[in-house]
Amino acid sequence: MDYTLLFIQTLNGVQLGLLLFLVASGLTLVFGILDFVNLAHGSIYMIGAFVCASLTYWSGNFLIAVVLSLPVMAVLGYLIERVIARRLYARDHLDHVLGTFGLILVMDTSAHLIWGPEGIAVPLPDWLNGQVTLFADVVVPSFRLLIIATGLTIAAGLFWLVNYTRLGMLIRAGASNRTMVAALGIDIKTLFSLVFALGAVLAGLAGMLVAPITEASISMGGEIIITAFVVIIVGGIGSMKGAFIAALMIGLIDTLGRSFLGDIFQLFMSQDAAETSAPAISAMLIYIIMAAVLAVRPQGLFPPKVR
Amino acid sequence: MKRLLSAALAATMLTTPSWAGEVKIGFVTTLTTGGAVIGNDQKKAVDLALEHIGHKMGGLDVNLIYADDGFKPDIGKQATDKLVKQDNVTFVAGYIWSHVLLASRKSALDAGKFLISANAGPSPIAGKLCNKNFFSTSWQNDQTPMAMGEVLNQKGVKSLYIIAPNYAAGKNMVAGVERTFKGKILGKDMTKWPTQLDFSSELAKAKASGAEALFIFFPGKAGGAFIKQYQQAGLKDVLPLYTVFTVDALSLPKLQKAGFSDILGSQFTQEWDPSLDNAQNKRFVHDFKAKYGSYPSFYAAQAYDSIFLIKSAVDAVHGDLTNMDGMRAAMKAANFPSVRGKFTYGNNHFPIQNFYLRQVVKDGDGNWTTKVVKTVYTANQDPYHAQCALK
Repeated sequence: MDYTLLFIQTLNGVQLGLLLFLVASGLTLVFGILDFVNLAHGSIYMIGAFVCASLTYWSGNFLIAVVLSLPVMAVLGYLIERVIARRLYARDHLDHVLGTFGLILVMDTSAHLIWGPEGIAVPLPDWLNGQVTLFADVVVPSFRLLIIATGLTIAAGLFWLVNYTRLGMLIRAGASNRTMVAALGIDIKTLFSLVFALGAVLAGLAGMLVAPITEASISMGGEIIITAFVVIIVGGIGSMKGAFIAALMIGLIDTLGRSFLGDIFQLFMSQDAAETSAPAISAMLIYIIMAAVLAVRPQGLFPPKVR
Repeated sequence: MKRLLSAALAATMLTTPSWAGEVKIGFVTTLTTGGAVIGNDQKKAVDLALEHIGHKMGGLDVNLIYADDGFKPDIGKQATDKLVKQDNVTFVAGYIWSHVLLASRKSALDAGKFLISANAGPSPIAGKLCNKNFFSTSWQNDQTPMAMGEVLNQKGVKSLYIIAPNYAAGKNMVAGVERTFKGKILGKDMTKWPTQLDFSSELAKAKASGAEALFIFFPGKAGGAFIKQYQQAGLKDVLPLYTVFTVDALSLPKLQKAGFSDILGSQFTQEWDPSLDNAQNKRFVHDFKAKYGSYPSFYAAQAYDSIFLIKSAVDAVHGDLTNMDGMRAAMKAANFPSVRGKFTYGNNHFPIQNFYLRQVVKDGDGNWTTKVVKTVYTANQDPYHAQCALK
């Protein structure tokens, strides 16, 4: 067993998991607290990447672009909530799905019209484009470390926000009984707008962090949204803690599966069979996990206590 | 009056062919999703080709119908069905992706239409599933990586790590390089296609394998993503990168804009290059650059060729589209000016052609483009032609 490789792959898995957490946390906030199915969450993630890419070329610096893009995402989320989502809360989930699916088409086509189909590569400043030697022969791209650090900071911030602030208390109260909270004189509508905007900022941030690794492209939203739903279903819908643990779990399983499944299969089958089956199985792995969790604990691993 | 009428009638009958007269061509490519970048480049080339031939073939007007495959085999098949049944085209051309072509071939061929692949070249179509009405203006998938395997041998590379996407073309590419590379293959990864764009774990494995070189095949936007992560991982000096169909005229401007300079000097194999010295290619590259302001990609070059191949068929039968045998014989002769220079068709209707080693360089204006380093294969035929029953 090559422990250096195992360590690097674990880091890669954690990094993927934290990116997933950024997307899934926004999704679980909106789904769990507003009881609103937002399929267009992936498109918000895509818009985040494109806005940041444009601002990177405009300002000449990726980090400045990220800082400038965050308020743009908040405004976008706020507008979507006010104009579209708010009208759909009282209806059932199928209407949410239809409404937000329409929103995906609108946002993806708008992106196609504004930025073109070819996608935008996002340049990083030199100090982020290099590598960091952690110890011995463990060399990691510095930008991946930045993603890990950002993900952990955001996770800590969200944990503090939800559990230790007045806003978090209102969010939790609104989730368990929104009529009661409204009756107590809390402006529940503004609260929900804030939550939606927060979700958009988180998704947008994830898109901004992915863009320098891959690129800002139209199809990126559809690629992440399914995995994000897997994460919140495994973690328990509405649970921030569940989203965090499930995102790390899915990230690790996916990365480690891709890297070691072939070697494991070769222990008990021919090399040819292992070479053919390992990529197929590793692509399915996270769905197998989700099916298993649904069979044993349909409410997810860490469902919120109140519902 | 009566005489005048019959004269008019006779005149009408005489001119019937050209009055009925248009040749319908369906062109299936990717016009939505990120793959639209490639589709648009093909479309530009086809439009340019039509301009160059004055929208005429064998005296007929050309009616070209574009269809979108949405980067998905099922949608590609539907698009082909529609072209064949509703539009009743004579030729169905295009097809960037091997899995889309494999799903669509039956729809076109069973209806007795000509099927022209302007890019995809999956092994079954070159071998057991070959068909008299299928023609390629590109290559069989294995050939380009076979040429790359040969280049690696010549460079004295002893060990290799392979990363490619897990679909029809990816498997052919791996089979191709494995067929000619004489050194040791220390490992390979087949990634999820087309959704996987983060290759951190594969790059870590490749580095840990201790291989001397890395061979990859990632067409479209996955290629750009891979090259960025390769540079971010700082592997240029540890693990030199050899590619097929990954670096092209579509990804280079983007990589240049974002400053990914590790790609300068990198080498890959191909049957065509914008610098190839023949009249047809010079006209194509010059007019393409003049009209669209960028270098054409190899996708564009092959799409451009496909229109000229079809024109040679329609010209040969003077616009008599019922003469399938005549058109087939004309295409088989490959008697048209190709941007890659003269080539011949094998029994399976895949080109027997040269393969070149290309290198990324800066042109006179500072733009990143490619040039030919040397010829790797002369008149190379794909390895599956023996399995094809056609003579």
